[in-house]
Amino acid sequence: MAAMLRSVGVASASFPLADHSNKLSTFSVCSLPVIRSERSPISDPIRGTRMTGKVITKAVAAQAENAASAASKPGHELLLFEALREGLEEEMDRDPRVCVMGEDVGHYGGSYKVTKGLADKYGDLRVLDTPIAENSFTGMAVGAAMTGLRPIVEGMNMGFLLLAFNQISDNCGMLHYTSGGQFTIPTVIRGPGGVGRQLGAEHSQRLESYFQSIPGIQMVACSTPYNAKGLMKAAIRSENPVVLFEHVLLYNLKERIPDEEYVLSLEEAEMVRPGEHVTILTYSRMRYHVMQAAKTLVNKGYDPEVIDIRSLKPFDLYTIGNSVKKTHRVIIVEECMRTGGIGASLTAAINENFHDYLDAPIVCLSSQDVPTPYAGTLEEWTVVQPAQIVAAVEQICQ
Amino acid sequence: MACSATTRIIHNPLAISSSRSAEKSDFSCKILSPSSFWGSASLGKKLLSVNKAISPISRRSATVVAVSDVVKEKKLKSSSSVSNLLITKEEGLVLYEDMVLGRAFEDMCAQMYYRGKMFGFVHLYNGQEAVSTGFIKLLKKEDCVVSTYRDHVHALSKGVPARQVMSELFGKTTGCCRGQGGSMHMFSKEHNVLGGFAFIGEGIPVATGAAFTSKYKREVLKEDCDEVTLAFFGDGTCNNGQFFECLNMAALWKLPIVFVVENNLWAIGMSHLRATSDPEIWKKGPAFGMPGVHVDGMDVLKVREVAIEAVGRARRGEGPTLVECETYRFRGHSLADPDELRDPAEKAHYATRDPITALKKYILENKLASEAELKAIEKKIDEVVEDSVEFADKSPVPARSQLLENVFADPRGFGIGPDGKYRCEDPKFTEGTAQV
Repeated sequence: MAAMLRSVGVASASFPLADHSNKLSTFSVCSLPVIRSERSPISDPIRGTRMTGKVITKAVAAQAENAASAASKPGHELLLFEALREGLEEEMDRDPRVCVMGEDVGHYGGSYKVTKGLADKYGDLRVLDTPIAENSFTGMAVGAAMTGLRPIVEGMNMGFLLLAFNQISDNCGMLHYTSGGQFTIPTVIRGPGGVGRQLGAEHSQRLESYFQSIPGIQMVACSTPYNAKGLMKAAIRSENPVVLFEHVLLYNLKERIPDEEYVLSLEEAEMVRPGEHVTILTYSRMRYHVMQAAKTLVNKGYDPEVIDIRSLKPFDLYTIGNSVKKTHRVIIVEECMRTGGIGASLTAAINENFHDYLDAPIVCLSSQDVPTPYAGTLEEWTVVQPAQIVAAVEQICQ
Repeated sequence: MACSATTRIIHNPLAISSSRSAEKSDFSCKILSPSSFWGSASLGKKLLSVNKAISPISRRSATVVAVSDVVKEKKLKSSSSVSNLLITKEEGLVLYEDMVLGRAFEDMCAQMYYRGKMFGFVHLYNGQEAVSTGFIKLLKKEDCVVSTYRDHVHALSKGVPARQVMSELFGKTTGCCRGQGGSMHMFSKEHNVLGGFAFIGEGIPVATGAAFTSKYKREVLKEDCDEVTLAFFGDGTCNNGQFFECLNMAALWKLPIVFVVENNLWAIGMSHLRATSDPEIWKKGPAFGMPGVHVDGMDVLKVREVAIEAVGRARRGEGPTLVECETYRFRGHSLADPDELRDPAEKAHYATRDPITALKKYILENKLASEAELKAIEKKIDEVVEDSVEFADKSPVPARSQLLENVFADPRGFGIGPDGKYRCEDPKFTEGTAQV
């Protein structure tokens, strides 16, 4: 397994952070364009009965209650990998059964420094440096989960988890069912994936499409420091096995996040930018390509609605459906392959559920079905670029 | 060792078992004396000469020796060894009952399969009972057992009621896994049976994880925990990567686990000798820094002696052990296997080493119990097995509503539907007709 290129993070500075020009948030506390859904999380009987303890699904709700005092807590700025670490550390403090396993997570601090300093704080057993044996240490995490621990498995690169497919599919996904509900597998499997900066084909894989059929797992993809921390905490607290997809190029994104504790819902999508003309569904790094395209589109007079689906399995058909009913046009922008990808499943789901509301066929922009080439120019043409998104919107809105 | 000192050529497990003066074996990493394998005549002869050099006890020729001959020989020597019996009466009866339960249950499975009460792939354990009984009867309830698809008897030995296992095989909702697992996926949270895996090698990392939890509880959570995990698997699995990866990790972190190899010489139709460059599996333990032991898996008392030491090692925190049990399955790989490849002479040879017959002889010869008491146990087991079939027959099949119930521990994992509610709140969800 080749060493990770630290420098890839630097290049991501060229991506603008979430587009703030259209933010609707009125809180000066945080610069997050977080939009509340129509439901009020507190009064909603579903949320009220589901959430246990002090977990709140949206920090927004809590801040709304204490708008006056919100100003006293200014939030803090950090990078995405630090947000992940913060979430991880908070959960490890909260529950001593939470532990981390993976290659170089301990003394090295993680290939992208997500676990930096944790081994010093919690010891070598709680932050376990494993030998290079993905299938076996993932299986070990399953066995540990069955007997009471809450392990987090880090794939040094998500692509390496292909070696753990046996354990992820058969054991993580299936054991709760085949044991008749006797054993739970509260594992989190996380790691950096996606197309980076000329990392070559094997380090540029998108496993979400391979894992999506496995029954019994949930998949989420984070894209901002805010949702990275929230999803990390939610995944750790979930009783289900969750695969958390991070992206190699997003680790150095900077954002101001709330000081108070918050946990996001694993099943909900995030409204990034409300609009009227077209729904653009995306996740992970492509969110930034979409927001870049959105700038151009706004200048041209279009009003795209951008939703970061976040939950790759299962899809949040409520948020997505409401959007489709409003705009009647859908474009999906994703980084995984065209064939059998998340977009393909999403297209099918939208067609099945909201066919009557569509004015045009769904357009799905995915990466080319090629092993990611090394050459920079070729690699650029493999993934969807903002110009293509702009062209697709113009096309669908005719 | 009266009941099984036959064919010394085949195995010379520990010096302890041939000289019955209760020498404790030293389980440090020294290499134990080699043993030969049935099925390779030249290998046998080579090791015969080695054995002659090492063993202080004179060897017989390389022919099959009847148990009764050796029993006669032992009787002459045993006048002073009455106090050296390996087991008490109670222990003997427990072992006997467990093995008879395993055998009777599996025989009933075969009957039920051919009568169409159970389907799919069913792998029976006949002949290997000494391994399961020898190891599992030493465990506490909190200790964990991980097995393969040949897992009925491991579950029974660990304490899962025969009713629950039979129901599971019939696919009824009263089965230990609610009928959702089947023959190859026996799980029990109450008795800490962690499966039941269809792919070979797949369970070994899970067992390693359970052992990791035990160590974690002790060292991180500071609980008083000395739980041990046993991983059972076959000779075919010993060529699989997961086996070696887990040997490494278990030895590296000194996990409280015992790797028990049930070497029955055949992986479906593949002879162990045709698949393995070095067929002596116990040797692979020291390569990873743990003791490797070879034991006669047809002799429950020998297995138990080795198990006491290996489990004791794990409990004391001294780390893992690799135990290779030479055993044999009397039936085919599964009920669908015509079992045409194995030499009838080989099968006949191992039939004479039936572990239940051997233990019975030992018990009777050493006057631990009477024939009548053993017969009473057999009758009791017959009733237990009959009752389990009756129970399974009468149990209901799973209703449609069970279909989606255990996919997720937290059913919110099915997601949010177009109406804004979680899918699992859809009334049709429990009926199993919901669209997910």
